Amino acid sequence: MEIIMIVLAGILVSASVYLILSRSLLRIIIGTSILTHAVNLLLLTMGGLKGGAIPIYDKTIKQYVDPIPQALILTAIVISFAITAFFLVLAFRSYKELGTDNLDEMRGVPDDE
Amino acid sequence: MHLLQLAVLLPFLGAIIVPIIYYYTKRLHPGYVALLFPVSAAAILISLRAAGQHISSMNWMPHIGLNLDFHLDGFAFLFTMLITVIGTLVIFYSISYLGRREALGHFYCYLLIFMGAMLGVVLSDNVIALYLFWELTSISSFLLISFWNHKSKSIQGALKSMLITVFGGLMLLGGLLSLVAITHTFSIREMIAMRSEITASPLFTVALLFILLAAFTKSAQFPFHIWLPDAMEAPTPVSAYLHSATMVKAGIYLVARFTPIFAVSSLWIYAVTFAGAITLFWASYNAVKQRDLKGVLAYSTISQLGLMMTLLGIGGISLHFGHDEIFYMSIVACVFHIFNHASFKGALFMVVGIIDHETGTRDLRKLSGLLHVMPLTFTAAAMGALSMAGVPPFNGFLSKEMFLTSMFDSSESALFNPFAVFLLLALVIIGSLFTFIYSIKLVKDIFFGQRQALPKEPHEAPLMFLASPFILISIVIITGLIPNILTPMIESASSAVLNKPIEHIHISHWHGINPALLTTLAIFIVGTLMVFAFDKWKKIYQLQPEHFTFNTLYQDALQYSERIPHSVNSKIIRSGSRLHVMLIFGTLILLTIAAFLMNPIDLGKWQLAEIRIHEVILVVIILIATYMVLIAKSRIFSIIMLSAIGYSVGLFFVFFNAPDIALTQLTIETISTALFLMCFFHLPKLTLYGETAKFKISNAVVAILSGLAVIVISLVAYGHRFYPSINEYYIKNVYELAAGKNMVNVILVDFRGFDTLFESSVLGIAGIGIYTLIKLRYRKDDEHEETKK
Repeated sequence: MEIIMIVLAGILVSASVYLILSRSLLRIIIGTSILTHAVNLLLLTMGGLKGGAIPIYDKTIKQYVDPIPQALILTAIVISFAITAFFLVLAFRSYKELGTDNLDEMRGVPDDE
Repeated sequence: MHLLQLAVLLPFLGAIIVPIIYYYTKRLHPGYVALLFPVSAAAILISLRAAGQHISSMNWMPHIGLNLDFHLDGFAFLFTMLITVIGTLVIFYSISYLGRREALGHFYCYLLIFMGAMLGVVLSDNVIALYLFWELTSISSFLLISFWNHKSKSIQGALKSMLITVFGGLMLLGGLLSLVAITHTFSIREMIAMRSEITASPLFTVALLFILLAAFTKSAQFPFHIWLPDAMEAPTPVSAYLHSATMVKAGIYLVARFTPIFAVSSLWIYAVTFAGAITLFWASYNAVKQRDLKGVLAYSTISQLGLMMTLLGIGGISLHFGHDEIFYMSIVACVFHIFNHASFKGALFMVVGIIDHETGTRDLRKLSGLLHVMPLTFTAAAMGALSMAGVPPFNGFLSKEMFLTSMFDSSESALFNPFAVFLLLALVIIGSLFTFIYSIKLVKDIFFGQRQALPKEPHEAPLMFLASPFILISIVIITGLIPNILTPMIESASSAVLNKPIEHIHISHWHGINPALLTTLAIFIVGTLMVFAFDKWKKIYQLQPEHFTFNTLYQDALQYSERIPHSVNSKIIRSGSRLHVMLIFGTLILLTIAAFLMNPIDLGKWQLAEIRIHEVILVVIILIATYMVLIAKSRIFSIIMLSAIGYSVGLFFVFFNAPDIALTQLTIETISTALFLMCFFHLPKLTLYGETAKFKISNAVVAILSGLAVIVISLVAYGHRFYPSINEYYIKNVYELAAGKNMVNVILVDFRGFDTLFESSVLGIAGIGIYTLIKLRYRKDDEHEETKK
């Protein structure tokens, strides 16, 4: 199962890189969201997917799944949410200000030559 | 403070005091104040030498090896005398040369800094201090060349000399540090004592080449000579002092100082001898065609420096084969010529400055027939030029004779085959011939012939102006007539260079009829004929290609060194973020390939979970959704597919027994979807900007390779588990220590609470950021224009 998950994460990374390389601001933000999912899945997978109980303490259970990656992913989800939200508003504002969401047209101030 | 350190620091002290005095008393010419410092430094040095005190050390920064350890041996003493005595004369001369409208405070400040730095170079026994003072001479020379900084030529000349000499300075640092690495000492004397270890070291050649590069750039040897003619934009006292008598000899000093260490190598002897001989030939050949008086003298200086370099090369043979008298005579000749050249070249520069000052031009085509107008100047010029040409009874004749004798003697060395000897002799004899020609032609062109209209009505210079060149000329005559008053100085200087006592040197005018004398006679006859027939053979100078010179090479190199980085930079920086992202992922891909090429993939031990059917279905759903996002044509479709991926990931968390993150993921996915929808309302329709096939394929290649890199890295990492997880501890103690049953929550708020604290801060900051972005608006005025431009 881990191999399948790793390959899935790799495919998600490919898709997100492809989206990030495009010129539309929207697709870039979608790409970063997908990258987040890929990384979260990878974090979980690398902790091991071998069975075990839900990590809630119970005297009778000997084998739990690893709680550490879960804590890490929880933090990561929240942070990536904050960043995605910020990106979205940034895209919204820059579209309002610049009138475009094409990255090639956002070239800043031409340098003085 | 020891007296020796005081002597070096006095000029630096002067560099501070003189501008201050100038600032407060404008009536007194600051040159008179500046005179005090070289005079007192000279007095200290002479008294120390007379008292036999040689070594004095003072700690400065011992932990990096930088100490003011000074060593006053015979060779250093010769140089300190040149620096302080000619320095005094130059300052005295500059009082008449520079008017009160010039920035005199700056001038004397720079000049005194240079003087102190030069004293430091020749006295330092500590290599780091040597390097420090060496660079200080480059910097003060830069400031002095660009003294008239309203002229663009001055600035260009200063920049050129700075670039070339600082390049050499860095080479020097490399060479000296190599020596330090070999010997573990910072003292030159200790290095000389350990020379057998240096010779055996693999760093020997590196150190040798670095130090030679430093010496050749500083002493304007071929092909690094190009900076010296351009440095003639400096005020003439500066040219006289720095670019004839002192700084350009720093390279000679360096070669001589390190001769005991490096001369055992034949590479050193060949390089020094032939670089010098080629410089001698090339510069004297080019000096004849110069039309600017200072240009002639600049090329003449280069060629005389080449002469000294050649002598040092031949003198090195005596160390190569053990001490052999005929070769160390060459060192004696070199030391003697250092002294002679400083005297007559300093005088000639000052004379040229006087002519410039009194006639308003330095152009040889305009100057002529000044003999009756400026008889005193003529006397000084003629004597200096005759000494430079090597005519008896002046001192130049003596050192020229010794030079030619040494060159003929070099044929006795087993190191040189007949061809090398022939080449060497051809170079130096033709070089000497041209030296004779330009020296005589200089005097002939300025002082004889018909008078022409000049920018200023020429008249004889005031006596005070003439005093300095006449003192130097009297030195030329005295040492020419009775050279043996210099013998003690030359003996001690030569012994210091060779690191071995040399005694009983006798310099005389008459050696009997020998090859050197015959050659000199031949040079006189042929040279005189050629001077008078100059119009007939001057065409050979047109043979030289106009556009292929070392100067154009330097200009092109400078231009390309600006243009290439500029074009590369503008290509990368102005190309937009796509290329940057590609570079980042490309680096990831390349590093992955490199890492796995070097280490064979070993998947190690696998502990795999079994594959369950509902998980596989989920994988398929995610893959389909991802594909849909990629090909989506409308924004609403792509966002729905994105949330499909998000919810599926949430479901994965459910399947893999992670209830907390599943909950969070599902909630956050909902909120993000809402947020996406909200923003999309304001954003334009999804358009695929210029997605040509080529664009798509290049993106796809990078994307697929990055995905593969991630897969490979993860697979290998998963296969290698070196240590068991730390989670045992958390599982065991979650209830006993933290009084909680939900392990993930206890880790988040108890075991690793700091993560959570700052994660909340991130959320807070994002919130503030979003609020600011929405609220903060520029008024619709020029601010908007600027972003649009």
